[in-house]
Amino acid sequence: MTTVINVPPSLDEHSFEQVLEQVAPLPPDARMLLDARHTKWASPYGLSALLTLGQTRSEARATLAVPEADDTVSYWSRAKFFYYADELFDLKGIVPRRSAHADSQVLLELTPISKHEDVHDVVGRIQEKAQQIIAHELGIDTKAIVGFSMTLSEVCQNIIEHAGQGGWVMVQTYNWTRRLGRRVVVIAVCDAGLGFRRSLETSGHQIPGDRWDDAAALEAAVIRGVSRFRDPGRGQGLAGVRKYVGRWGGKLSVRSGTARIAIVPDWDDDVPLQERLPAFPGAQIEVTIPERIAR
Amino acid sequence: MTNHIDLGSVLRQTLSANLYSNLVTRPTGRAVRGQIEVMLQSSRRSLTVIDFSHVSMIDFSCADEVIAKLLMQDTPGRESYFVFRGMTDDHWDAIETVLERHGLALVVERESGVELMGVLDADEQRAFQAIKRRGRAHCIELAQDLGEPESDVRVRVERMWTRRLIMRLGDAYMPVGEIA
Repeated sequence: MTTVINVPPSLDEHSFEQVLEQVAPLPPDARMLLDARHTKWASPYGLSALLTLGQTRSEARATLAVPEADDTVSYWSRAKFFYYADELFDLKGIVPRRSAHADSQVLLELTPISKHEDVHDVVGRIQEKAQQIIAHELGIDTKAIVGFSMTLSEVCQNIIEHAGQGGWVMVQTYNWTRRLGRRVVVIAVCDAGLGFRRSLETSGHQIPGDRWDDAAALEAAVIRGVSRFRDPGRGQGLAGVRKYVGRWGGKLSVRSGTARIAIVPDWDDDVPLQERLPAFPGAQIEVTIPERIAR
Repeated sequence: MTNHIDLGSVLRQTLSANLYSNLVTRPTGRAVRGQIEVMLQSSRRSLTVIDFSHVSMIDFSCADEVIAKLLMQDTPGRESYFVFRGMTDDHWDAIETVLERHGLALVVERESGVELMGVLDADEQRAFQAIKRRGRAHCIELAQDLGEPESDVRVRVERMWTRRLIMRLGDAYMPVGEIA
């Protein structure tokens, strides 16, 4: 029997939970059809998390019914979604050949990260575009450009250091007209690896008798800068990301296992900590930097 | 012995593809530090100018591997001093973060001469400026300049020398780089 999983019309870090709620109860070898036919929009997080979900279904390759809307499927194609999805899903529907024209809003299309050289490549590729987008379009101080590249580097390294397998990164700008009335640049990084709790457990960071779960592991790593490595210099990456996000009025959210933690700016009403979410392996990170209002 | 290390060149030698001028990732940082350490092995007393001029950016992980770990080296019988050249605000964000994490400070070359940056208290900065003004100073002279007891000043400048923020030659102290 094949279970149909409905992909919401708008797929972002929040609505992706609806997908996971449907997938989490299924055994790993369950046959699954992800129905994205009516999906109209997906954020970088939505697309990279969808690929990550495909990674987790290696025992029974899932089928993905691709969006029916031409502009949606065209955008997913430009973002290189189908290029990678083809290896992970049985694709059903009309998949266009990749457009020769890159999307000007996509700073970095979906890019696999599995080794340190990939991080060099990603940082190198994004620098020129970041200059254009961050300084000229978002009106953010040019000082933010280097910090943006650092942030991208650190969140990508998180995959290599902790996931134990590859993941994806994507960077895009878009206009949050309804939600914020401003343009934003978003980095999404998703993997289906060890996740924060298991990664920290390898170094014995959990204290017997104390509360120890995915939420505690996220608090330790994201808020307190705890790392699984004994080296006292470790754990600075996410701390640095947090500092950068705070300085530029941005938002950081990290989901791992059954929990999600967020550094929430005043323009957003997200909750700082969510627990008992549907289980999903690895770590999924989203960084959002908004346009500066006062130029 | 004085070394000049162009981090951009070392970076390109370290990576198999020589396309990048970004100091990112821990393995890259470790490899770059390894090359610097090889140069330092041969001398008991060395001054190394680490030049950032051809580095576009450095991330936190690499800053920790290259800068913090170099500064934290404590090899018995060896005096290794570092001066950082070509460091801009673009580099400073990551570097400042790792210096704060480890309680470190470093010597930076500016147009006006060398300066100390990082984790330092006001008394250490005052002592450093007094040493800079004199070029080479004994504790008794610094005590006069600072209006403090000589014993207090001695403790402070010895601590700064141990951190390799100033050089010591006999009983005199001088800014790092002055005898290069």
